[in-house]
Amino acid sequence: MAECCTTDNGEKKNLNYYVPFALIPLAVVIYIFLERGVDFFVYEILKQDKSAHLTEAIRFFLYDTPKVLILLTVIVFVVGIIRSYFSPEKTRKALEGKPLFAGNVMAASLGVFTPFCSCSAIPLFIGFVESGIPLGVTFSFLVAAPMINEVALVLLFGLFGWKTALLYASTGLIIAIFSGWVIGKLKVERFVEEWVYEIKAGDFQMEEQKITFSDRIQAGYAAVVDIVSKVWIYIVAGIAVGAAVHGYVPENFMASFMGKGAWWSVPLAVLIGVPLYSNAAGIIPILQALLEKGAALGTALAFMMAVIGLSLPEMIILKKVMKLPLIIIFISVVATGIMIVGFLFNWIY
Amino acid sequence: MKIAILGMGCATCDKLEDTVRLAVKEAGIDAQIDHVKDIKQIMAYGVMTTPALVIDGKVVAAGKLPSLADIKNMIGGK
Repeated sequence: MAECCTTDNGEKKNLNYYVPFALIPLAVVIYIFLERGVDFFVYEILKQDKSAHLTEAIRFFLYDTPKVLILLTVIVFVVGIIRSYFSPEKTRKALEGKPLFAGNVMAASLGVFTPFCSCSAIPLFIGFVESGIPLGVTFSFLVAAPMINEVALVLLFGLFGWKTALLYASTGLIIAIFSGWVIGKLKVERFVEEWVYEIKAGDFQMEEQKITFSDRIQAGYAAVVDIVSKVWIYIVAGIAVGAAVHGYVPENFMASFMGKGAWWSVPLAVLIGVPLYSNAAGIIPILQALLEKGAALGTALAFMMAVIGLSLPEMIILKKVMKLPLIIIFISVVATGIMIVGFLFNWIY
Repeated sequence: MKIAILGMGCATCDKLEDTVRLAVKEAGIDAQIDHVKDIKQIMAYGVMTTPALVIDGKVVAAGKLPSLADIKNMIGGK
């Protein structure tokens, strides 16, 4: 994702760190009773007609918005704490000297947890290459880091359930592992700009600061402030569009061009998705509405992976260190992987 | 005192420069502030995440935006 780096807010240092842990059970309680509460509010207090399109749209919006925002806040907080245990430097150390396939598996898994933003893609890429990590392994990291992120997982979990979220995470990992492995086999070293190999990186001189647990909670807070303040507007807008589609677009409207029968919809979804750039927050609520109206799951997942996993801004950044053929190879290998996943799910379900 | 901000022009990097300038001004310290944007020079410090903050040749923060108070501590403590 393009959201850059965590901000550290020093003023919160005096907060009681147990507060968030008290708030989590509260969030769970609200989460559990939300649907009944919204139903009661819409049908009993507002006295809306159960069968009207507008009622359905309002109910959808009132239910999904708080649900997703609560989930997002809790998960981002927890992931922020988990992330404080990881850093690109540690990840690089872990990957040094690993053989190709095992390295790919590790790089993809670490890519999920290591804090990463596309603005740091270049120093990270050079840092990996410089310490002798194979290109294929580096690419596994570069694919997994943006594609599998907490915002995407939260939204998939909240709107589609844990099975879809798990499916997304596992197929995303598999794509990252195999794309990296394939790129590694293609011997693409000559497509990296020569000057990258000439760089002699200095030793990292920063002393490992002692990080206390309250610092980690601090990091969780910072992540919530940083991420939620950036994505909430996309989520609300996305759910609003989703609500409108939910209430007004006829059933099976999408089936003809995003349904199972249309095999070409998967490559088309990927083709449209690659240059599009959006964070997961904006795209998923819309996907939910599309799925409901008959779009096939594989097509929808492929579209989403293409949108958040491969992005034009990141490619432009990477162009500084990679020659065009490598960028094209990168995009085609990952896009092929995404299409295979799309076809597979359309075929299974 | 020599302070360097390492960053390739991302929004957070610019924010770091502003915060550093403010911290230096408020602390009343005489410091030379550079914003290093050349990747080769950035890599020479061994950082892999930007923005990074270097004080007198030593990397004191990388991949995050330290708060104004933190930066004042870093420059004041020298």
